[in-house]
Amino acid sequence: MLLGADDWSAIGLTFKLASLTTALLLLLGTPLAWWLSRSQHWFSKVIGAVVTLPLVLPPTVLGFYLLVALGSQGPLGQLTIALGWGLLPFSFSGLLLASMLYSLPFTIQPLQQAFQAIGNTPLEAAATLRASPLDTFFTVLLPLAKPGLITATVMTFAHTVGEFGVVLMIGGNIPGKTRVISVQLYDHVEALEYTQAHWLAGGMLLFSFTVLLGLQLLQKRGVAR
Amino acid sequence: MSKIVSITICCWLASSVHADEVSIAVAANFQQPMQQIARAFEQTSGHRVIISTGATGKLYAQIVNGAPFEVLLAADNETPERLEKEGLAEPGRRFTYAIGRLILWSAKPNGVDTKGEILRTGDFQHLAVANPKLAPYGRAAMETLQALGIANQFTDRSVTGESIAQTHQFIATGNADLGFVAMSQVYEQGKLVSGSAWLVPDNLHHPIRQDAVLLKKGNDRPAAKALLQYLRADAARKIISSYGYSW
Repeated sequence: MLLGADDWSAIGLTFKLASLTTALLLLLGTPLAWWLSRSQHWFSKVIGAVVTLPLVLPPTVLGFYLLVALGSQGPLGQLTIALGWGLLPFSFSGLLLASMLYSLPFTIQPLQQAFQAIGNTPLEAAATLRASPLDTFFTVLLPLAKPGLITATVMTFAHTVGEFGVVLMIGGNIPGKTRVISVQLYDHVEALEYTQAHWLAGGMLLFSFTVLLGLQLLQKRGVAR
Repeated sequence: MSKIVSITICCWLASSVHADEVSIAVAANFQQPMQQIARAFEQTSGHRVIISTGATGKLYAQIVNGAPFEVLLAADNETPERLEKEGLAEPGRRFTYAIGRLILWSAKPNGVDTKGEILRTGDFQHLAVANPKLAPYGRAAMETLQALGIANQFTDRSVTGESIAQTHQFIATGNADLGFVAMSQVYEQGKLVSGSAWLVPDNLHHPIRQDAVLLKKGNDRPAAKALLQYLRADAARKIISSYGYSW
């Protein structure tokens, strides 16, 4: 194997980042997706559009605004300093925040669609059987939304693994902290180290293909949709 | 109407006879002076200059892989020499157009003292340095830290910009407290534009000799040759030295 210690550290970091991003987004994204799927208020449309923005914006736009906003003169930067967290760029936490914004639509959209498809009937049925709202959520809604949950999990994870533009702009390329696979690969290519670049790029391609193939198979079996 | 059309065609024909385009690859540190020089050159010659910027190592990789540049203004003298040896640049046309200066800069008024003592006290959170593998100013910065005997002190606190331009951006946005950039990025008309800085003594690192070279693709382009000549003319040199370079 031609991967060095640097490459392995980047791989480990990437999967740590993708796992945490996915877990946090599912936790925060599920209630948000639920609200978006049910609310008739015009404001929910605004939030819906904001949530979808990272899908169409170039990552450099997101990276640039994060860099400026999280900097020592930026409003969020002053907030994080006041909270005693220091400045977020060039740190793993900063990268986590950026990844969550960047992958947000990949969590929200499948969940929102799943919730919408369920409709009100099963919930009303549960209510007539005197199930509490919390009970209904865990025993009726989540099992019915399982296909959407699986799609959201897989897509959020895979999309975070493939993140590049945002990380390049606010990561600062620190080994073990912010140097993820895509940045490590970029460095190899820039330094004309094509052998190492091939190993990483090939690995990424294989990983992404496997994940998407797995998702297709699950969808065919009707487990995920 | 037909008069306007014929005038337009006349002008277009006239300009296409004399004016030519030249595509140049410029090291990130020289972006600002080059824009100024290009404007002056365009006015005197009628040629058009198309500038692409990046870290020298990146530009090299692009040229090796067939990028359509006719001239390279590198941030070092090794890259142009290498291109010459590899047959991608015209031999015998290489020259030093500027000698760069490294500067330790902070966007804050008191971020850096004028003697660089802050590197010894370590009173900062993040030090920005350009990637030494790709950017000659990054390498000069590492040499400086080595010469001061503190090269290993900041490994966990130094952030790497992919070029000297990104390094500057990290500091300018206040995300890195200080960092090594090119003097040309923070100086204009012989004055520090903002923040605070320590001009790194040039005996702490190898001289940053920035060489220009005519690439193979520019060989039969008069505009490319004219631009290289213009870089050595007084008008261009005046601009170059106003950004803190010598030559």
